[in-house]
Amino acid sequence: MAKAPGIRLENLSVGYGGIPVASGLDLTMPGGKVTVVVGGSGCGKSTLIKHILRLHEPIEGAIYIGGHNVHSLSGKAARCMKQQMGVLFQDGALLGSLTIFDNLALPLREHTRLKENNIREIIDHKLKLVGLSGSEEKYPTELSGGMRKRAGLARALVMDPQVLFCDEPTSGLDPILSAELDHLLLDMMAHFDMTMVVVSHDLASMRAIADHVVVLGDGRSLFQGTVEELDASEDEYLRRFLDRLPEERDTPRLTMPPIGVDMFKDDCSKLLDLQHDD
Amino acid sequence: MPQAERGSLAPFAALGSAFTGFIGELGALTIFFLDSLRLVFAGWGQFPKVVRQIYFIGVQSISVIALIGGFAGMVMGMQLYFALAIFGADGFLGAGVGLSMVRELAPVLTAIMLTGRAGSAMTAEIGVMRISEQIDALNIMDINPVRYLVAPKMAASIISFPILTAFFNLIAISGGWLTGVKLLGANEGVYWSRVQDSLNWSDIEGGFIKSLVFACLVCTICCFEGYFTHTRKGHVGPEGVSQSTTTAVVKSCVIILASDYVLTSLLW
Ligand SMILES: Nc1ncnc2c1ncn2[C@@H]1O[C@H](COP(=O)(O)OP(=O)(O)O)[C@@H](O)[C@H]1O
Ligand SMILES: [Mg+2]
Repeated sequence: MAKAPGIRLENLSVGYGGIPVASGLDLTMPGGKVTVVVGGSGCGKSTLIKHILRLHEPIEGAIYIGGHNVHSLSGKAARCMKQQMGVLFQDGALLGSLTIFDNLALPLREHTRLKENNIREIIDHKLKLVGLSGSEEKYPTELSGGMRKRAGLARALVMDPQVLFCDEPTSGLDPILSAELDHLLLDMMAHFDMTMVVVSHDLASMRAIADHVVVLGDGRSLFQGTVEELDASEDEYLRRFLDRLPEERDTPRLTMPPIGVDMFKDDCSKLLDLQHDD
Repeated sequence: MPQAERGSLAPFAALGSAFTGFIGELGALTIFFLDSLRLVFAGWGQFPKVVRQIYFIGVQSISVIALIGGFAGMVMGMQLYFALAIFGADGFLGAGVGLSMVRELAPVLTAIMLTGRAGSAMTAEIGVMRISEQIDALNIMDINPVRYLVAPKMAASIISFPILTAFFNLIAISGGWLTGVKLLGANEGVYWSRVQDSLNWSDIEGGFIKSLVFACLVCTICCFEGYFTHTRKGHVGPEGVSQSTTTAVVKSCVIILASDYVLTSLLW
């Protein structure tokens, strides 16, 4: 079996309109393994993924997938590269005008010559994989957040990609659902030979699935290595991140406000008497 | 450059950058239009999407076009009758209503009405898809979003606008007959024969060309605004989409009237 390709970033700067969000990234995401990218909100995790996926041009540096510079590919080779990649976007990004079935069928209908009944078989299988059998005819807005994510995952898997990107697969899910999703991702790693890049700021989920961890922050990469190496790290920011400590501030967080609003509100005590229940 | 001099040149600098910005956008719009037009013919898979869009842009607009056309014709019949009756020329009512509708009002009013009904929906739909990463998702799946989203709308607009314009003409000329002939008492036979005599093939053709041009302009502007809603400065997310929709409608209406002037002076 072909080994799943790895991803290598060389002195990469990513950002929008020439203004970098993160720069100087020299990272590897090993093939056939799960790399978890962690970092605070807004530190550029999604931005990095979108650059790897060629949705934006990097400001500087290069991205290699399986040894090929993705931004220098063109024509047929670029399309082949795209077809090897699956993405679960942060909110699923399912097409709102199509049912779940049609959403999953779309790439198959566009890129393969499969017959309708084969398409149905494949989709049944993928939906069973993510535990969404029976929701084929629903529209994305009729699903809960967790179901939308799982449907997005099924769509990402429908073309049997070799590289799977998941942008915050567990955010907005309750602990049980996120644990289930972690198991699902691990199951998939066990069954298919693929490289997985998971963006997360869920530390529990990181510990559950990561082979390799990348920490972004402060506009650069702060760490890469295994979970054990991360735990052993002495870096101050990493420790704060891992121990979930807030940033230290000079001013105390809670002081009395300069003006109490209560005095200026309508007096409702006669209309609505709120009881103090014990 | 000294400070004072730079200050005095500031208005020109602003004018210059506005002008280059305008030229840049014109270029981007042209490329966007040509791209979507080319992609209309990207395989048979486009056909059902075009049909669906014709249903949305064309079929579902029939009632509102009938309403607008009816009232426009009725007002025109009434006003022209009063004006012409002063000179005892009410026999020319049919010519007046027919010519003004076919040459000007039908293409323009239809296009403006469709901008409000279908164009704004195009911007909002594509804009929402942009901000919810659906367009990114299409890109990743190697499905050209312009082919998938814009090209069917372009084809459907090019088909629907002229047909609805013709329908508008029909209703409006009948509306003129209703007020001019039935209500105010102009001669019925004279009305219809004047409609027939005064309209040349070149008038019909001109109205047809206008509606085709308006279709391309409206669809291009509305889809473009939605497609690039994320590049708006200052407004992002849902607010950006609503701003884009407003911009698209205003731009479309202005462009319809401006290009109508240009077309009228070129065609006749
Ligand atoms: N399309 C865009 N244009 C300009 N700036 C953006 C865009 N998308 C995100 N950003 C900015 O880039 C930074 C990183 O965003 P993002 O990658 O989404 O963060 P996260 O790590 O939470 O996924 C943020 O400051 C955000 O405001
Ligand atoms: Mg993100």
